[in-house]
Amino acid sequence: MTTPATDAVKSPSAPPPEAAPTPITPSKDASQLRQKRMIGEHFERLERAPEEGNKVVYTFVPGNLTELLSALDLLPVLPEINALQSGMRGKSRGYIGEAEKSGHSEDVCTYVKCDLGMKKSGNISPTGTQLPDPDLLLLSYTGCFTFLKWFEILREEYDCPVSMLHVPYQADGKITPEMRRYVVDQLERDVIPALEKIAGKSLDMDRLSEILELSRQAEDDLVAVWESAKHKPSPIDGYFGGVYYVGPIFSAFRGTEDAREYYRELRAEVEERMAAGRGPMTPDGELTEERYRLVVEGPPNWTSFNDFWRMFSREGAVVVASTYTKVGGLYDTGFRHDPDRPLESLAEYCLNCYTNHCLPNRVSLLEQYLRDYEADGFLINSVKSCNSFSVGQLLMLRTLEERTGLPGGFIESDLVDPRYFGKANIENRVQSYLQMLASHKKGPKRRSA
Amino acid sequence: MSPGTQTDRDPGRNATAVSADPAAVHSDPAASLLERCRHLVDDLSFEAVRRWKDEHPGRPAVGYMPIYVPRPLLEAQGCLPVALFGGGDQLEIIRGDSYFQSYICHIPRSTVELALRGDLDVLDAMLFPSICDVIRNLGGIFNLLSPEKLTFYVDLPQNFSPEVGGRFYGEQMMALSEALVERGAKPLDDGALRTAIAAENTRRRALGKLDALRRAEPWKVPASEAYLVVRAGAVLPTAEHTTLIDEAVEAFRAREARPYDNVRVAVVGSFCEQPPLALIRTLEKAGCDIVDDDFQLGMRFLHREIETPDDEPALAALARAYLDHGVATASRYIANGTKGSELISRVGEAGADGVVFAAASFCDPALLDQPMLESALDRAGIPHTSFKFSENTGQFGSIREQAGAFSDSVKLWGKSA
Repeated sequence: MTTPATDAVKSPSAPPPEAAPTPITPSKDASQLRQKRMIGEHFERLERAPEEGNKVVYTFVPGNLTELLSALDLLPVLPEINALQSGMRGKSRGYIGEAEKSGHSEDVCTYVKCDLGMKKSGNISPTGTQLPDPDLLLLSYTGCFTFLKWFEILREEYDCPVSMLHVPYQADGKITPEMRRYVVDQLERDVIPALEKIAGKSLDMDRLSEILELSRQAEDDLVAVWESAKHKPSPIDGYFGGVYYVGPIFSAFRGTEDAREYYRELRAEVEERMAAGRGPMTPDGELTEERYRLVVEGPPNWTSFNDFWRMFSREGAVVVASTYTKVGGLYDTGFRHDPDRPLESLAEYCLNCYTNHCLPNRVSLLEQYLRDYEADGFLINSVKSCNSFSVGQLLMLRTLEERTGLPGGFIESDLVDPRYFGKANIENRVQSYLQMLASHKKGPKRRSA
Repeated sequence: MSPGTQTDRDPGRNATAVSADPAAVHSDPAASLLERCRHLVDDLSFEAVRRWKDEHPGRPAVGYMPIYVPRPLLEAQGCLPVALFGGGDQLEIIRGDSYFQSYICHIPRSTVELALRGDLDVLDAMLFPSICDVIRNLGGIFNLLSPEKLTFYVDLPQNFSPEVGGRFYGEQMMALSEALVERGAKPLDDGALRTAIAAENTRRRALGKLDALRRAEPWKVPASEAYLVVRAGAVLPTAEHTTLIDEAVEAFRAREARPYDNVRVAVVGSFCEQPPLALIRTLEKAGCDIVDDDFQLGMRFLHREIETPDDEPALAALARAYLDHGVATASRYIANGTKGSELISRVGEAGADGVVFAAASFCDPALLDQPMLESALDRAGIPHTSFKFSENTGQFGSIREQAGAFSDSVKLWGKSA
């Protein structure tokens, strides 16, 4: 399964340590500084957890139950994020090698192997602190079959309990009352009791509602950030920059005061850029000329993240909307956590993550993005590791081209296995695609997008 | 016992050779039956399904992908369940490859190829069980390609409480039932469902006899032939398939055959995409009696018969059977117990000397499961080996060498191999 941005990923102007060269920026925005502090403090808390008696829950990004964990003072660790951070820090190759040496197939998800390799190499967090072992594995089985196997494997490694939350798939493109009730039933009967047991306390529903209200406020501001890309020029990059924006809300911080303030600050900064007619930040500084507006489907490659980004930014290509930044919540289609319906709302959140949607829904969402954001075309980055995303993308490409008349591009890479990132090949494909886009923009009028 | 080797066996005893050697046909009591099975298995245009539809006008044929769907529900509504296993090694992929990246397994390619060729037009609906992201998204592909046809995702519960997972599963089966009625199926009736469950249980007993014979006298029932008998049921009503299995068991029993000096193995990992029949034969020729396997697992997905007490609705009984008695395969979350313990039990019950892991390339469930199962086997001192295949694999030399070396090592060193 692919995962969204990270609590350890920093803002576009401050990439992670040991990643690609630092972008040129005059100063860090307040939101960037806040996110950096939040991440650092979280990993310090995790390192101190065993001595301070705090309990730790490993869980996944899509459909995570961060608010529930917070309400019980449990600390989350998100293995996908550790894996992508390892990719950005140049460590994933070694970790994957460790896992493959111990019998894991080269065919399977590299997030899993990277995580296992990191565990076998000492379980050091992206910020260099020691990660504690889990007290519980919360298997939020949303949109990705591999999650199930991943935590079966981790259970053998850690010999700790697992709490399973099976989230039904939106195969018909809608959430039925039966699906919602199934998730709520599991929360009430299995997940919450399991969490309460390791927390040593009962869930306070009032506190949960307060946390959900903070989530809702942050979600409002995040949507305003996404929608700023409708402006021309777009003040944000909704994919390469977007993965930084989703860091707090997809991970350990949703429902915290810090996250609410982060998104408030971010929104203000983005609106200021928009008012000033400024483009997004890139690894090389501010983009001054927006030549192409793109929609992107699929996760990014993490091992050469900035190189990948530059292939676009140096050509003046801005991603105005992306699906990857919705794997931890499709807020821009209207979902908000609801403090008045806490468990139902958590269930709907889980059910509504992007990869839990059927292919026809995914095509429709992309079509909507192309239209609403007045994009010139779309590009699919198909990653080897993630069948949940990748299977069907070639048909999505054709269907979208037919429906919109807009040119689509298709490239292949991987999440965190550098062996599958052929820089020259990918760069050639991106350049060819952008050249085609340039011709298309000059050519006959496109069909209605 | 006077041991021979598998390569010594009369080639007229396998189904392919049967048609080439008339003398062998007459010498083998199972030959004509196997020929019929082979014809049913190889027929990618689903003539048997077309015939059934001609004989049952207006009634739907419902295709389903591996592994498991509640077949009695379909039969109770007058539908013909049709198990789909892709195109195997008989189908040239012309357009199917253009729908999938190189790192996706093979079964969706050949299934799309069959659909694009029109071979699946005979089906009125397609079911996609929740076994992996590929099969799940394949349902979406079919939906985009043929929006007029019913595609139904069978989201098998991973919560095994009857009040939670059981209720959800029951609701899903009702939704499926109603969708089928819209396509011409009969409304679901408790009595009809009990009858269909009873038929499924009867087939299960027949399969049990076949498996028991395989284990007791594998030289009489090579896995490659048992495979054909089971696989033929993909396109047959349950009762008809049961009769076929019973006949096969009688015919196999009547064979005069001698034991071979083979090792007894269980094959694991081929529950969805199927290995070519020639690959199964390759293992046999390499000196392996396959006494347990998870090929085409669907018909043997439940550990025991489906109980239908009078005071429980048949639909609830069908759901409960899945919750309580499903096998520990890779797509099913193992909530309790130790990973691999069921495999070790199966190895023991089958009297297998070792395990051969045969997973389809890029099969996430099987390949992610495998290291855990291997660890469990290591702890139990059970030897194992592994390879990957594709349904259209055509070269078996390296697999034969590997399986032969494994067989020899088990013979020489037993559990320490």
